[in-house]
Amino acid sequence: MAYTITEKILLDHTDKKSIAPGDFIYAKIDLALGNDITAPIAIQEFEAIGAKKVFDRKRIALVPDHFTPAKDKKSAEQAKILKNFSDKHKIANYFEIGRMGVEHALLPEKGLVGPGDLIIGADSHTCTYGALGAFSTGIGSTDLAAGFITGCVWLKVPETIKFVYNGTLKPWVGGKDLILHTIGDIGVDGALYMAMEFTGGAIKALPMDDRFAMCNMAIEAGGKSGIIEPDNITRKYINSEGRKVKGIFYKSDEGAKYRKVIEYDADKIEPQVSAPHLPSNSGPVSRFKKVNIDQSVIGSCTNGRISDLRVAAGILKGRKVNSRVRLIVIPATQKIYSQAIEEGLADIFLKSGGVFSTPSCGPCLGGHLGILASGEKAIATTNRNFRGRMGHPDSEVYLSNPAVAAASAVKGRIAHPDELV
Amino acid sequence: MKFKGKVWKFKDDVNTDEIIPARYLNTTDPKELGEHCMEDIDPLFSKKVSRGDIIVGGKNFGCGSSREHAQISIKGAGVSCVIAESFARIFLRNAINMGLPILEIKDIRAVREGDYLEVDLNSGIVLDLTEHKEYKAKPLPRFIQEIISSGGLLKWIRKRGMDAKRTK
Repeated sequence: MAYTITEKILLDHTDKKSIAPGDFIYAKIDLALGNDITAPIAIQEFEAIGAKKVFDRKRIALVPDHFTPAKDKKSAEQAKILKNFSDKHKIANYFEIGRMGVEHALLPEKGLVGPGDLIIGADSHTCTYGALGAFSTGIGSTDLAAGFITGCVWLKVPETIKFVYNGTLKPWVGGKDLILHTIGDIGVDGALYMAMEFTGGAIKALPMDDRFAMCNMAIEAGGKSGIIEPDNITRKYINSEGRKVKGIFYKSDEGAKYRKVIEYDADKIEPQVSAPHLPSNSGPVSRFKKVNIDQSVIGSCTNGRISDLRVAAGILKGRKVNSRVRLIVIPATQKIYSQAIEEGLADIFLKSGGVFSTPSCGPCLGGHLGILASGEKAIATTNRNFRGRMGHPDSEVYLSNPAVAAASAVKGRIAHPDELV
Repeated sequence: MKFKGKVWKFKDDVNTDEIIPARYLNTTDPKELGEHCMEDIDPLFSKKVSRGDIIVGGKNFGCGSSREHAQISIKGAGVSCVIAESFARIFLRNAINMGLPILEIKDIRAVREGDYLEVDLNSGIVLDLTEHKEYKAKPLPRFIQEIISSGGLLKWIRKRGMDAKRTK
């Protein structure tokens, strides 16, 4: 029986002998994740049903990253629920402010997720870890409560769409552009209930941070998961910076069945921008050069990693942010924050006239640290541009990669980095 | 399980930020979340909707985040059931796990706002009492029906025994 990488990982987490798309399985999880928005409901449900202990205190991660450092009293109460639960059950992977980071950047950085793992997270962007060759999917708080108790999750084995990216990427084009282009092609429900397997020459050459950005947005096409076969780039990542992650390097079999195979000439793809109010409204940046912006946000679980900040700083060095634009840079984790200071990136952001914040999901979901007023427009390296996502229902969010967001901050309108560099 | 209610129609791709904007996610209180249900699409929705009314969406209803505040908010607003052409996957599983009745019906966009529907969850038959038309939902897989008939995922787990079913 020929299997896709996704089918192989799922099969190995069950007691079954074979598996097929459409099957319902009850699978073992390697890690269950919750944050300050979703975990409080899970914890309330865990307690309401009378559960006494968690299945494995080392296989649970609780990350207060959304409305933290607590933006108001109610958010502080939510975060406190995580802290108390972690104390009570001696949760090994609870991350307090100052050691924290945006969950989907933090867990790989800490070596808590690796190739071949099955990860569930009560956050839709949990699909990020597919970049390491894991099966990783977003679930709800009730699923998380069930996961805390049993260490298992019910899943329907998804069909897979294979996306093949041929060729070499143009300058300023990265994982974010590939995924925005793909979502633009297939639509926000183009991969509904399905696994998205990314492959081809451009993917094999793609750095780890770009792979994370790509898999992160599988959900924006309705996908259950995004996945990239682990290779030497993966191996290097999981064994660097003090990480020693053990993992199983699964590969899709030749002859594995796909719902469909979609090929792209990656060398023809320009830096992309997604216009309001859906990630699927994407097109080349040149199409949007008349859009004036009020704010540029560089950060989030999609593009708040060190290579993203380096690219942005490269463009901002020696330049000033347009006088009517707010530039908000939010490193995704404490480590990236500290690294950006050491490398002099923070200094570049500050001297350009931007702000540089402690890690948080911040304005991405309209929480805090940069909420938009009515009629305002932002360019953001985040993942969603739904109506009202970053603030007022009459504000607008344009999605892009960090280079475009930095160039736009300088120009005061959506701009191609080539216009400056 | 049968219920009757008035239809409130929504577009394709209704996302969870529209169902309950993130600015209200600092609480889990059903009443408070219910007061802001669908606020960014229709600021008056929670005032207009009556207990037992039915939301009818298009395709990909509930796309976006994993927040169960969306289901809590819909229930909190008094909505009895959501019918859509298709549901986003996390919204679908959250609804199943939390016991919010949902039905997937391919041609449901033919119903009109304000129509009265009679919904029979067990048979999946929906009658449009205003237009005298019948719709049939896609039957739910047996495994899902088992979770729903247990009263949600956690009750299903309790029935199976709370111990971890892991061998590792």
